[in-house]
Amino acid sequence: MNATIPANALKKKDFASDQDVRWCPGCGDYAILSGVQKAMAEVGAPPHQVAIVSGIGCSSRFPYYMGTYGFHSIHGRAPAIATGVKLANPELHVWVITGDGDGFSIGGNHMLHVLRRNVDLNIILFNNEIYGLTKGQYSPTTEIGHVTPSSPYGSIDQPVIPARFALGAGAGFVARGYDVAKELSALFVEAHAHQGASFVEVLQNCVVFNDGIFEEVANKKTGSDHHIWVKNGEPMIFGKAQDKGIRVSPKTGHLEVVALGDGITEDDLCRHDETNVERAWDLAHMEGGLTAFGVLYRVPGVAYDAAVRQQLADVKAQKGNLTMEELLRQGHTWDV
Amino acid sequence: MTATDSNEASGEGQTVTREELDSVVIRFAGDSGDGMQLTGSQFGATSALMGNDLSTFPDYPAEIRAPAGTTYGVSGFQVHFASKDVRTPGDAPDVLVAMNPAALMVNLPQLKPHGVLVINTDAFTKANLKKAGYEANPLEDHSLDAYRLLAVDITKRTLEAVRPHGLSSKNGARCKNVWTLGLLYWLFDRDPAPTTQWLETKFKKKPDIAEANKAALRAGHIFAENTALPNGIHPYTVPKAELPKGTYRSIDGNTAAAYGVVMGAKLAGLPVMYGSYPITPASALLHHLAKLKHMDVTTFQAEDEIAAVCSAIGASFGGALGVTGTSGPGLALKTEAVGLAIGAELPLVIVDVQRGGPSTGLPTKTEQSDLLFAIYGRNGDAPLPVLAAATPGDCFHMAVEAVRIATQFMTPVILLTDGYLANGAEPWKIPDLDAYEPFPVTFQTETENFQPFAHDPETGIRRWVKAGTPGLMYRTGGLEKADGPGNISYDPDNHQAMTTMRADKIARVADSIPEAVIEQGEATGELVYVGWGSTHGAITQAVGQLLGEGHSVSHIHLRYMNPLPKGLERLLRGFKQVVVPEMNNGMLDKVLRAEFLIDAKGVNKVKGLPFQIHELVEDAYQRLGVNHEHSNVIAMGAE
Ligand code: SF4
Repeated sequence: MNATIPANALKKKDFASDQDVRWCPGCGDYAILSGVQKAMAEVGAPPHQVAIVSGIGCSSRFPYYMGTYGFHSIHGRAPAIATGVKLANPELHVWVITGDGDGFSIGGNHMLHVLRRNVDLNIILFNNEIYGLTKGQYSPTTEIGHVTPSSPYGSIDQPVIPARFALGAGAGFVARGYDVAKELSALFVEAHAHQGASFVEVLQNCVVFNDGIFEEVANKKTGSDHHIWVKNGEPMIFGKAQDKGIRVSPKTGHLEVVALGDGITEDDLCRHDETNVERAWDLAHMEGGLTAFGVLYRVPGVAYDAAVRQQLADVKAQKGNLTMEELLRQGHTWDV
Repeated sequence: MTATDSNEASGEGQTVTREELDSVVIRFAGDSGDGMQLTGSQFGATSALMGNDLSTFPDYPAEIRAPAGTTYGVSGFQVHFASKDVRTPGDAPDVLVAMNPAALMVNLPQLKPHGVLVINTDAFTKANLKKAGYEANPLEDHSLDAYRLLAVDITKRTLEAVRPHGLSSKNGARCKNVWTLGLLYWLFDRDPAPTTQWLETKFKKKPDIAEANKAALRAGHIFAENTALPNGIHPYTVPKAELPKGTYRSIDGNTAAAYGVVMGAKLAGLPVMYGSYPITPASALLHHLAKLKHMDVTTFQAEDEIAAVCSAIGASFGGALGVTGTSGPGLALKTEAVGLAIGAELPLVIVDVQRGGPSTGLPTKTEQSDLLFAIYGRNGDAPLPVLAAATPGDCFHMAVEAVRIATQFMTPVILLTDGYLANGAEPWKIPDLDAYEPFPVTFQTETENFQPFAHDPETGIRRWVKAGTPGLMYRTGGLEKADGPGNISYDPDNHQAMTTMRADKIARVADSIPEAVIEQGEATGELVYVGWGSTHGAITQAVGQLLGEGHSVSHIHLRYMNPLPKGLERLLRGFKQVVVPEMNNGMLDKVLRAEFLIDAKGVNKVKGLPFQIHELVEDAYQRLGVNHEHSNVIAMGAE
């Protein structure tokens, strides 16, 4: 139903607005913006058929920098606004831009429901594990012990694991990337292709209030020893020397990191199965400092908005159009 | 009250002499599980079909099934039916149907002197009497001697009637409300056929239940016909009322508001997207609209009140008519989002079915205490139009108005109704729909020199852009926007100009609404009652009575609360006393004082119950310095 323009007809810059981008220099948001624009050009959706809905926070300024329709709404409520946009205008490709505070603190309830309802939205969670716009307080994803202006003796809040929350809420598409990853725009293309709610967590560096927290994972030199890009059907190998992997622990039945060699071969490793929710659950939070990137979980499902449209059409087909006059005269009437 | 004899054929060719009455108020009361709402609404529906004017008032507890037999579990339904103009459910009942001691305990104080008492003696057990707080059985201690008592073993007789249909005694006893209805139908000359039909439809899938209920209805009817009625009770009849010609139906405020929204959307040429979260007493709006998928209505049951309003705002951004409905606590949750719609200059209709507050307050009881909240309750300078419906049927028209103003002025609009309007029913003359002038929305499509926040220099209104339109991609949100291009702007002069522009735009709504009028009485005089919302009926009847007695009293009724209609100040200044009856602790009087520096006084009632006519009449006597003998109005048909 959505019109697409032949590949290569649209360029990244077609999705940029005329506004100056006002994030701090060096902020990870720039790379994510670029990734989204690139993905949109690749997908070929014309800019007027794209709507970006955000809440409040640094990341939520995103719509202003896109040459598409945009709605910078109120704190935490982007999923609800976006649901309304999609229900009113199913032709639109609707993206939700949110952060760890916006999406998981004030907006946690809406995040739960938009995912379980499976509204056809592409949700990007910018996770920088901090409140940026209000100047550095701990967020729902901040690690315990982190010292911030609102936790001068260290945060004692147990953090949420966004990908696990999404899986628990019943999301049909859960992916993860990091801001400067070259694979990021491809991940957005996948999210776009999925019918239903797509949840993409992007680890994003806040250079001002939480600089370097993802350094180990995202660093060009060391990153490959601390992260893995999972691909459906392929064995889970990682490391600069491709010398590490993930297998199902014979003891616990859960995924564990192992070093190849010493009797452990590629055949012992687990092949990524996007449709296996237990594996996705493990991948969402691996022990031993490993972070999994890529599409962790993907199962097809019926998008809520599609079901709504279907029901409208079915009732119309079954009952025909009802005029206002007929509606008012339903039931008992009498003449005076 | 006039009573003439009329002869009517009834039963096996017997002739029944019926006393003709012009107005009767019946209160059905029982346990919340006794089916009193159903009994009362059937009696009302039948009376409407028979051509009476009527008004109904359901009064039920917040608990779905409070413990049986307790006073706080008593559910009531009052029906006022008449051969004359009826505007309220009646001050006090002429007839009280008490299905158990608790219902008697709670409702007897309101029964008119010499009123008729229909009592189910089977429920007056020791245990039930104790639960209701009776030391002695009122049926035995002569405490009811002042009333006309019709004490019947209703449960036992119901069980006898339904026995052939094989129901358990628990299920069988459930039919006692319908048995009682049968009795009252005979007593008041009502045609049982509509209820019989209704039972058949309602229990289509459970024919045994349908048959049992029909048998109970018949048995109650036959019982009344063949029983020697106690002294002072005769068969009665209430002739048709003289109503304006037309086709009528019964309607309650929630149904009317829901249908009005759909009508408004048709006139605007838009599909409806209704986002809502269930809340008493507004949930029925969602129920009604959810059935209308074949009328371009999408309903979305959101996860909470905030998501509900946000989904409606998103829908408006996407080019549909975003609508949400709620009650006070829900409106509180929605306020931030309503401000967003004001700033984004998007249409939005919010129906607030008011109930008693603060906080959860009195969920099932009526109040008008959200007025100031609706007008002023947002952060920042955030004005919006506020409308109020006066009667259940008027909810239709005012909902159309809410849609018109929202779409024409690109603004959220709050329509205030209340629990009393929402659940109360009245015969409603189906309006001539062709008389409604369409107000089609034209979306912006021209791309040349496009500025999303360009405002018409005269009206201050921006054009509606439907997200998805080629060439008009724009960004909006809660941050202040530069007048014209709509980019984020912190410019001091721009904020000043935009704030003024938003206020002026709402003030200009006054140009598109009817001017203030005097509804009753002279244009100048001693005392004017200024009402709004559901107090309409009580004020109308009170002022009607006072005018009949020759007093200088007038009535103005407001349907547009913000901005106020033009000409109001001039009218108010024609009276020595300006008095505002409200079901709150004083709100419209404050608005009138603030707007006009007029010494408006309040008559305030916050009991969760509507005004009674005599309360306002007595208020007027006091203000006019009239000495009057306090006389109790005695019940219908009493000597
Ligand atoms: S505060 Fe942090 S997250 Fe916000 S713009 Fe600056 S670097 Fe980015």
